[in-house]
Amino acid sequence: MAGGEVLRQNLPEKLEESPSGANELHVLAVDDSLVDRKVIERLLKISSCKVTVVESGTRALQYLGLDGDKKSSIGFDSVKVNLIMTDYSMPGMTGYDLLKKIKESSVFREIPVVIMSSENILTRIDRCLEEGAEDFLLKPVKLSDVRRLKDFIMKGEVKEGEKRCCKRSRSEDCSPSPMTHPCDSSLLSSLSSSSVLSPLSPSTLSSKKSRL
Amino acid sequence: MDKVRLQREAAFIRSSLLDQGYLDEQFIQLEELQDNDNPNFVEEVVTLFYTDSARLIYNIDQALLSNPTDFTKLDDYMHQFKGSCSSIGAKKVKNECNGFGEYCEAQNYDGCFRTFQQIKQEYINLKKKLETYFQLLKEAA
Repeated sequence: MAGGEVLRQNLPEKLEESPSGANELHVLAVDDSLVDRKVIERLLKISSCKVTVVESGTRALQYLGLDGDKKSSIGFDSVKVNLIMTDYSMPGMTGYDLLKKIKESSVFREIPVVIMSSENILTRIDRCLEEGAEDFLLKPVKLSDVRRLKDFIMKGEVKEGEKRCCKRSRSEDCSPSPMTHPCDSSLLSSLSSSSVLSPLSPSTLSSKKSRL
Repeated sequence: MDKVRLQREAAFIRSSLLDQGYLDEQFIQLEELQDNDNPNFVEEVVTLFYTDSARLIYNIDQALLSNPTDFTKLDDYMHQFKGSCSSIGAKKVKNECNGFGEYCEAQNYDGCFRTFQQIKQEYINLKKKLETYFQLLKEAA
């Protein structure tokens, strides 16, 4: 299929885009807590990620070039972020508000957003997943959480092109949900206890489906 | 200058802090983030915690002096403080904070005030123990 072939050709380019070298994930971390910023930065660096840490949702949007009415990133083509990790409870713009803004952006909505919170509130978790959050982590965030996320994102970068191919070449019946797609079985097996992402959660499935 | 003895002393303090519930596995997690490039990471985070949380302690003290009591503000400051405690593995201090939260919700000023004095005690207590610990580590290196 012509479309599939074009996407497959584009695959290697996606991973090599990082200026600092092949396969380095760039993570934007957002947290109003000084201590947490220091810890998350270290967690990410030790996991071989490029890290940008900011103290608020506003700063995050500024960094991405989404502040004001500038939705197109003029000269910001080099700002490539593979993952956004944001604290939920922040003054002014909450992590949820930030999540919404990112998902509203045509440029950045494909970037996985992970919410971090010290509070295990079911309605909060559901809300975030419904809005398109990739995962919801309970604080304090652990090294195993970051490693698992990184693996998932790295696989995603490769699989994204494949998924688009699969979607076009298969009928909808064959691939009911991304969570049961063979490509994602490794994610399911590597879920740790501090992640509340459940493959069986209907809200997760619906939010993932809506993004296809 | 018996470094072995100093190392043993430091290890003993560390075990005690963990066994007696002053610290939890988050502290161990922080230790795992330390390496040759960042040999003092744990101490840096702990120092940052004490510097940063001093501000929150002050804010809570001030809020407790204000009349009428703004319980929403108190709860908010405490939430931030508790989060930081959790991030460094300060288990005992963090647990004391739960009581404070409940009194806040019940708008019980006396409960809040009393609990906060206990929190400050535990906070200072831990600070002293950790200072001793890090000092020993330095001397033992």
